[in-house]
Amino acid sequence: MIDGSPARGKVRPGLICCGVPGIRVIVDRLSKSYRDRSGRNLVALNGIGLTVEPEEFVAILGPSGCGKTTLLNIIAGLLPATSGEVVFEGERRPGQPLTATVFQEFALFPWRTARANVEFGLEELDLSPAERKERSARFIAMTGLEGFEGKFPHQLSGGMRQRVGIARALAVDPAVLLMDEPFSALDAQTRTLMMEELLGIWERARTSIVYVTHNIQEAVYMADRVVVLSRRPGQVLEVVPVELKRPRHEGQMGDSAFLLAAERIWGLIKSQAQAALVEGKS
Amino acid sequence: MAPERVAVRDRAAFLRRAEHRLLRVGALAGLLVLWEALTRIGWIPALFLPSPVGVVRELVEMAASGQLMVHVAASLRRLVLGFAAGALAGVIVGIATGFFSRAEAVGQPLIAATFPIPKIALLPLLILWLGIGEPSKIAVIALGVFFPMAINTYAGVRQADPLLVQAAVAFGAGRWSVIRKVILPSALPMIFAGLKLGAGTALLLLVAAEMIAADSGIGFLVLHAGNIMDTTKLMVGIVCLSLLGVLSHWVLTRCERLAVPWRHT
Repeated sequence: MIDGSPARGKVRPGLICCGVPGIRVIVDRLSKSYRDRSGRNLVALNGIGLTVEPEEFVAILGPSGCGKTTLLNIIAGLLPATSGEVVFEGERRPGQPLTATVFQEFALFPWRTARANVEFGLEELDLSPAERKERSARFIAMTGLEGFEGKFPHQLSGGMRQRVGIARALAVDPAVLLMDEPFSALDAQTRTLMMEELLGIWERARTSIVYVTHNIQEAVYMADRVVVLSRRPGQVLEVVPVELKRPRHEGQMGDSAFLLAAERIWGLIKSQAQAALVEGKS
Repeated sequence: MAPERVAVRDRAAFLRRAEHRLLRVGALAGLLVLWEALTRIGWIPALFLPSPVGVVRELVEMAASGQLMVHVAASLRRLVLGFAAGALAGVIVGIATGFFSRAEAVGQPLIAATFPIPKIALLPLLILWLGIGEPSKIAVIALGVFFPMAINTYAGVRQADPLLVQAAVAFGAGRWSVIRKVILPSALPMIFAGLKLGAGTALLLLVAAEMIAADSGIGFLVLHAGNIMDTTKLMVGIVCLSLLGVLSHWVLTRCERLAVPWRHT
């Protein structure tokens, strides 16, 4: 399989579950190991296999140090895998990038205004200035940033900064949106609001999302499926489906389907989290 | 034991710092007044230290006769050309060595080996190569500015946030885009620190070069006035130099505010 080759983009009937055109992500027997400072071989990820269907919201959840971020970076093409591969299969719109990432610490360019940050990814695409402006304006509006376009990141609150991060990623119209604990640097109230907002944006934008988190509530509330990873070496423990109706709302956090899924996941990782606690390092 | 009732006192009061505006101005004015007074009552002979009023009077006179402008213009030209050449080369070398590992492997040992040389020691060599005229003076200033610029820019590039570089690549940026859009703005504060450092070095080398081989410039003016024991004229030269130093620092600070707005707003 060739990474991101549009030639194999012809959708084979039966391969795509719901008949939705778009891109599936196939992570196939992916392993990542590296040497630490003392020269020991550390296995961060071990034989990860998972598939993300078009328009699907998949959460990757695991205790700290399970290699969630490493996995996301490999999918984004920012880190080479030791073995195995990541393949994007399906039809892409012309000029559409495979992925865009929303970072935990926002990673906004401090010398760029909110608008210029949103336009960063657009500059690397072949767009006319008018089209670039139109797109940045559209996603600034979609993420509720109107009136803040001219502000620098340090003039914005954490929640607003991450809105810029989300707008920047959505603006390039990626086949798959990658999110690395996007709300973990925010306070609890802002996080709850942003989760709701992200679901609303996702209902409208309908890109598939791979969402990395260590927060069970967050994962169950938002995702269609939760991929639970073990501690190092990171392995897929189980894929837990979440049978909650969409559009979702906070009230569903009391539903039995929600509680069942959350309990199931906690059961899977409790011992892992305890071990991580004793070991005392991530 | 009797019950106690203790009001809380501000124990950190001595840590809070006031600005003391009046004291700042007063210190400077006081020094000038004391100096003037000491020369007036004749405690300090004018040959050793002319009075501030006398220096200002001489400065106005020299400015009116056009004599001062000749020296200032000559010095300014050398300063600006040398500074610009050295700064530009320093930034380019600093970015190259900071970003490309091959350039670092080649450049770093070379810079480490040549950096400790006092640049003024190279002036005779430069005169031999470039002649006694302007090029050798400009070259020695450029050399003096090059090193702090290259070293500071390198440090600025190395300090660029790896997360921002990663974000840029995640959004499709290639090598040159990363350098232009992430590395360069990240290094700007360090580049400006280098420019300010370099401005001081440039002034030092300017005066030294003009004292060694020139028939114009403020350095020449100071040396010549000293030789003929015209202390007032000598002091005029020194005042000009200090004004030049203050001015260059002010201009660079202004430019920094314009170029690095995200740090000041």
